[in-house]
Amino acid sequence: MTRPGFAPWTDPNLRPLLRIEAVSRRFGGFAAVDSLSLDIYESEFFALLGPSGCGKTTLLRLIAGFERPNAGRILLDGVDLTSVPPHRRPVNMMFQSYALFPHLNVEANIAFGLKQEGLPRDQIARRVADMLALVKLDTYGARKPSELSGGQRQRVALARALVKRPRVLLLDEPMAALDKKLRGETQFELMELQRRLGLTFIIVTHDQSEAMTVADRIAVMERGRLMQVAPPAEIYERPNSRWVADFIGEVNVFEGRLGDDGMTVDGTTAGRLRLAAKADAEPGRIVFVAVRPEKVRMSREPPLPGLDNSVPATVMDIGYLGEMSIYKLRIRDGVVKAAIANTGGGAQRPASFGDEVWLSWPPDAAIVLTR
Amino acid sequence: MTKLGHGSFLQKLVVRVPFIWLLAFFLLPFAIVLKISLSQTAIARPPYTPVLDLTAGWHGVTAFFGGLSFDNYALIGGDPLYVLSYLKSVEIAAFATLMLLVVGYPVAYAIARTSPRWQAVLVLLVILPFWTSLLIRVYAWMNILQRDGLLNDVLMALSLVKTPPAWLATDTAIYIGIVYSYLPFMVLPLYATLEKLDQSLLEAAADLGCPRWKAFWLVTLPLSSSGVIAGVLLCFIPIVGEFVIPDLLGGSRAPMIGQTIWVEFFGNQDWPAASAVAIVLVCLLVTPIVIYQHQAMRAAERD
Repeated sequence: MTRPGFAPWTDPNLRPLLRIEAVSRRFGGFAAVDSLSLDIYESEFFALLGPSGCGKTTLLRLIAGFERPNAGRILLDGVDLTSVPPHRRPVNMMFQSYALFPHLNVEANIAFGLKQEGLPRDQIARRVADMLALVKLDTYGARKPSELSGGQRQRVALARALVKRPRVLLLDEPMAALDKKLRGETQFELMELQRRLGLTFIIVTHDQSEAMTVADRIAVMERGRLMQVAPPAEIYERPNSRWVADFIGEVNVFEGRLGDDGMTVDGTTAGRLRLAAKADAEPGRIVFVAVRPEKVRMSREPPLPGLDNSVPATVMDIGYLGEMSIYKLRIRDGVVKAAIANTGGGAQRPASFGDEVWLSWPPDAAIVLTR
Repeated sequence: MTKLGHGSFLQKLVVRVPFIWLLAFFLLPFAIVLKISLSQTAIARPPYTPVLDLTAGWHGVTAFFGGLSFDNYALIGGDPLYVLSYLKSVEIAAFATLMLLVVGYPVAYAIARTSPRWQAVLVLLVILPFWTSLLIRVYAWMNILQRDGLLNDVLMALSLVKTPPAWLATDTAIYIGIVYSYLPFMVLPLYATLEKLDQSLLEAAADLGCPRWKAFWLVTLPLSSSGVIAGVLLCFIPIVGEFVIPDLLGGSRAPMIGQTIWVEFFGNQDWPAASAVAIVLVCLLVTPIVIYQHQAMRAAERD
């Protein structure tokens, strides 16, 4: 979720905390990260989102120093980190496997990083105790990692990285090993923690709802490149390509030719579609109109003639999800998905299998994409 | 019902086979050796008394037990020849095991860090010497170490020595032979633990500010301790009782305990003394095995 008023990336005079400049990392002939540039700002909660193999973990490991870039550089506070080995970088990582030292107890695991700094013993003890309290593991200091539950281990891993007070905390799929309910709670705890400490977090995840929940900004990655970098709502409401629209949530895409006035799209499977504003593309070219399923309305009667786009459809399939149902409907030459909230009581449904209905959506619910 | 009973009988049998095996081939011979160690040497066949004579009835049994004594153990304790022989064996085993650890750890570490395809090849190379008999390999070392052997030829050719030194019949030759022969027993258990070591733990150590050399002492070494213990015991225990290598490569002035047993048994025909020396050796070696078992059980409880 975006915090109101927090948008350092819109300020051109602000120096980013972390600057990634045209960084490439190749494994053999395969570019895991391909000439990628990105700025991340102080106390931002930033998510790297993408399908597996898109290079997001490699990018995180480049920031941590476990991988060296083949080209480009990484700057932190304006200092070039590229040739700094991982143990001298002021960033810390929380590993997907947690990577807790199995031969050390919880306290010694958390104290490990502080001991490397050569801090006095009493100071280490105090900071470890504070950190144990922060992650609510006060009474678990003497336990070995093997004696903890998955959720507790995750907290130890977080505490071990946070106790070093890193300039940037890197989190590699931190909740992948938790069950769904615990994951939801942990997401909010993580956000709360990040706000309280004012630290910069970079999280790698393949779970879009997780990225949308926790992050101020999301970078959608594919094949080692950034597809779009924007706050969650913008990524969802204004994706910049069919690929992003399709990756983030469900979407219906209608392909057609932009009319001369730039306000209509002709020849789609739903017929001629009206747009809310003049599309940013030259008339006559092929464009894609994307409509999210939850923006589609369904009615028994034909909608009153007006500005809304509407199309007759037949119900093919209904997926009941509890709070809503996903309808798969056949229109002239294609299939449309509609997400309809189940607001009515009981088992009442607005439509059943094989019913003839009308679908409609306001023109401003559609996004015009050119790629 | 009958089928189930049959199955459980088979299950019991499978569980008991190792026990029967141990009983027949370890405990029973051990009891016989123990008995001989409590006997006296005699010019007879077998060369000791008393011998259990069941034809003499109850009198025979009492005579048998009355004839047993701990004289041989008193002899071993009182004669510096035996004590020195034990000390020599433990000394050689301890230093050789340390050398094996120092040589074997880097080898195992290097194998564990190569690509999986190379690992198989390298492990095969480590166990390759087993395809030749130990005796032949030790004879080969005799050949290399003799005064006009390969080692001296090389040393002379490189002008490292002026006169060829004597290698055979020295402790150095024993150490060379033992370290060479036992290296696989050190490398394999170390490799097995190092290969399982989670690389992300080393990355985590680096991430927390720990340089690589320090991460080895703080993470790699403690986590490979089970392999170190296994390797040390697998080498130390048989080296203490080693006979072939010191007999062929070493001198006869300060024999190892295996040589002492051999001399008592075949040279002096003193079966009771030889048996007593062997029993004391077994008791000495059981101690580290018990320690190892204790460690292994604790490790198993941890996992």
